Amino acid sequence: MTVPADLMLWVALAPFGAAALAPTLVHKLGAKAGWILAIVPAALFLGYASMIPEVSHGATLRAGVDWAPALGIRYAQLIDGLSLTFALLVTGIGTFIVVYAGGYLKGHHHQGRFLSFLLLFMGAMLGLVVADDLISLFVFYELTSITSFLLIGFDHTREPARRAAVQALVITGGGGLALLAGLILMRMVSGETSVAGLLASPDVLREAPAYTAIFILVCLGAFTKSAQVPFHSWLPNAMEAPTPVSAYLHSATMVKAGVFVLMRFAPTLDDTALWHTVLPLFGGATFLTGVILGIRQTDLKQILAYTTVASLGLLVMLTGLGTQYAVAGAVAYLFAHALFKGGLFMVAGCIDHETGTRDIRLLGGLAGKMPVTFVAALLGCLSMAGLPPMIGFVAKEVMYDGVWQIGGVSVATIVAVAGNALMFCIALSLLLPFFKKPGEMPKKPHEGYPSLWLGPIVLGGVALGSALMLETTVHALIGPMTGAVLGEAVELHLHLWPTGLYPPVVLTLVTVGAGLVLFALYTVVRGGVGAALDAIGWGPDRGFDQLLGALIGLCVRVTHLVQPGLMQRYVTTTFVLLAIALLAPIAIDGLPALSLPSDLSEPQYFVVIASAIAGLWIVIIAKSRLVAIVSLGVQGVMVALIFMLYGAPDLSFTQFMVETLSVIILALVMTQLDLEIEDHRLKGHMIKDATIALACGLGFAIVLYGVVQQPLDLRLSDFYMTYAYDIAHGRNVVNVILVDFRALDTLGEIAVVMAAGLAILALLRLGPLARSEPSDSTMTATRKASSGEVTS
Amino acid sequence: MNSLILRTIAPFLAALMMLFSVFVLLRGHNEPGGGFIGGLIAASALAIYGIGSGVDTVRRAIVVHPNAIAGAGLLMSAVAGLSAMFMGRPVLTGLWWIPVVEGIEIPLSTVLVFDVGVYFVVLGSLASIALTLEEGD
Repeated sequence: MTVPADLMLWVALAPFGAAALAPTLVHKLGAKAGWILAIVPAALFLGYASMIPEVSHGATLRAGVDWAPALGIRYAQLIDGLSLTFALLVTGIGTFIVVYAGGYLKGHHHQGRFLSFLLLFMGAMLGLVVADDLISLFVFYELTSITSFLLIGFDHTREPARRAAVQALVITGGGGLALLAGLILMRMVSGETSVAGLLASPDVLREAPAYTAIFILVCLGAFTKSAQVPFHSWLPNAMEAPTPVSAYLHSATMVKAGVFVLMRFAPTLDDTALWHTVLPLFGGATFLTGVILGIRQTDLKQILAYTTVASLGLLVMLTGLGTQYAVAGAVAYLFAHALFKGGLFMVAGCIDHETGTRDIRLLGGLAGKMPVTFVAALLGCLSMAGLPPMIGFVAKEVMYDGVWQIGGVSVATIVAVAGNALMFCIALSLLLPFFKKPGEMPKKPHEGYPSLWLGPIVLGGVALGSALMLETTVHALIGPMTGAVLGEAVELHLHLWPTGLYPPVVLTLVTVGAGLVLFALYTVVRGGVGAALDAIGWGPDRGFDQLLGALIGLCVRVTHLVQPGLMQRYVTTTFVLLAIALLAPIAIDGLPALSLPSDLSEPQYFVVIASAIAGLWIVIIAKSRLVAIVSLGVQGVMVALIFMLYGAPDLSFTQFMVETLSVIILALVMTQLDLEIEDHRLKGHMIKDATIALACGLGFAIVLYGVVQQPLDLRLSDFYMTYAYDIAHGRNVVNVILVDFRALDTLGEIAVVMAAGLAILALLRLGPLARSEPSDSTMTATRKASSGEVTS
Repeated sequence: MNSLILRTIAPFLAALMMLFSVFVLLRGHNEPGGGFIGGLIAASALAIYGIGSGVDTVRRAIVVHPNAIAGAGLLMSAVAGLSAMFMGRPVLTGLWWIPVVEGIEIPLSTVLVFDVGVYFVVLGSLASIALTLEEGD
């Protein structure tokens, strides 16, 4: 029975709910909570599995609700061959990862938090792969980057973990922004808001002038996420995360999100010269870089990480080649890789957990002591090496078929064989810890908990079973997914056992032969590659540090430039810019029509304005600063009087208060600051200041005058006045505007108040308070600063 | 602050101001007032209480850290805004529920919850700054 897609739309959010429950469950049940929480992904897996029959017959299931209708954004899902296979991998492997994490972090102080992050990621990843709406696809895409950041930096007291987390976030998050731009361009060019809509009219994007821009942006997103050269360095560094994270995010699922995006949009973007050049180029380069860097490593997790980089390169390369068998090879390999790499990472974690080290030079003789783990590792390594009877072998055969059909012995073929031979060698070296003579291991090894070996053994079993029942696998998963990537239904005929000596079989024999030779020379090769790389020294990882360092250096210099700590320069800069802002439009558009108001000649206005001018004159000629401040108040009081004469008592009252308070506060600050009583500016300095002041004053006068000449538009105020009571049930229009009509602004503003409050608190706590006594005026000033942001 | 008058009067003044701030908050929809000014008054109350009776007394009296109050307020406002979405209306639409108790209409709404959230954010943020400044004495 198929679970309806409408139901799955909401059920797919279940991991987020489970994430909220995780800390409580761990608190109550301890490490057993992992088994309970695993029910959520397991149930999701069954739900998606029930869709296999329909989808394998070519059906596409869709469901969705409006999210932000004004922007045309929906929360919508699309289940086809591609998204279903990914959803099954995410939930299926996720089930075992949650169980595994329960055992791996048993007794860890923050296990609840860890499981919570892990489930958050699961929800994000699932949302991504089944997303139909372009914008919600992006939202989930970035959520996976953010949860990955949290998980890499989980052990946040260690500096390398923090650095790796930031690096991953900068690279994948930055790429995500490029993807967002690409998705928005897609929406603008095609007028479609959904993946399904785009797939229905596949040629729109290809023929658009913006195609190149869309292609580059999507590639940036995909290449950063899927760790393609030169963005690959975050992935090996992400191994700082606890092993369940490496197994789940950084091998089986998240890093494939980039490949997923390429595959998702392949029907609308492929078959162009750009696609067939760029993807194989970057993919092939990544493939070779990954295996070469991988072979020098001695840490189990690092070896696995670099081969993951290599595998991702291979997937991008095959997707870029784009023929039916190349894509089928990519799909089969993606499936195989998720199984064997997820399993092998869990094995590595298990070994680390039981022996206390991951260094293959120290490990040895584990086959007898950890028999179940050994079987799991054997299954994984066979699949990784591409040997029968594993799904990895099938994948390699199809892939060779694909590259051979394109051009016989071509660059792609050579890259594929060379890379696979190195991969074969690395896969064999991963089995060394089980056989060779042990070194000094920190702990005496023995078999781990069931929760630790269950995952790898099941994934290994699936890798074997799916190959033995190849016809079912192809019909249910690989075929539909290949069809979805190609944009048309395909008939695939794959076989587990070769039936003759045709080219792919020959290529396989060459690969195995070369791999065995490499393995025989393994220690020499490892040392040689290591020495060569050390000689080069520089890599993108160091480049990232240099880039970040340069950015911080630039910030420091800019800050020093604009924040020299000289009050005079701040004030001058502010007012010069203000004068430019005020006068530039006048210089461009010309003066507004100015006519003096008729009531100026009446005696009361005349007196008021004359007094204000007299006050200002004293400000200018006053020798003592205190006199100047008090005289400035005269002008303010006169303005308040004008408000009063024009019949605005509340405004007038506020003005009086503000004037009084500013004179008092200014005078207080003057006495506190211990400034000189007299003004000793040089003549040139004074002329400069006077010019700035005059420019500002003139600018303000003209602009204000221009503004009051405009006819007053009362539509908005009338609307608020009319409807405040009818719609919003309130008679205080100001408050109704704040909390109802324009509540979004208020929400933003209180968020700013909160952030500003935290920032001020952090500044206050930086050290012992520098001032002798934090007087009330300081407090008032701080309060004014934060309230200013609210009322503005 | 070493003033006997202030020390004696501060708790009463603070309590009165607190009460007044709630009054200002609740009347805000129809008369001058609202969550923002209410929060300012409440924060001033805590500041005065702190000057009179010491910051530690205030921190004990409000039990949680002022930042937690601000955070709770922000969450409250956000939830009040989002609640409209679950009723199938655009986010931040005010939802009203006006029960009649013994012939008196009591207008309740998500807008009120939103305003109370504003009140807590302003109260929490400013009180946390004010109290930290007072500790510097």
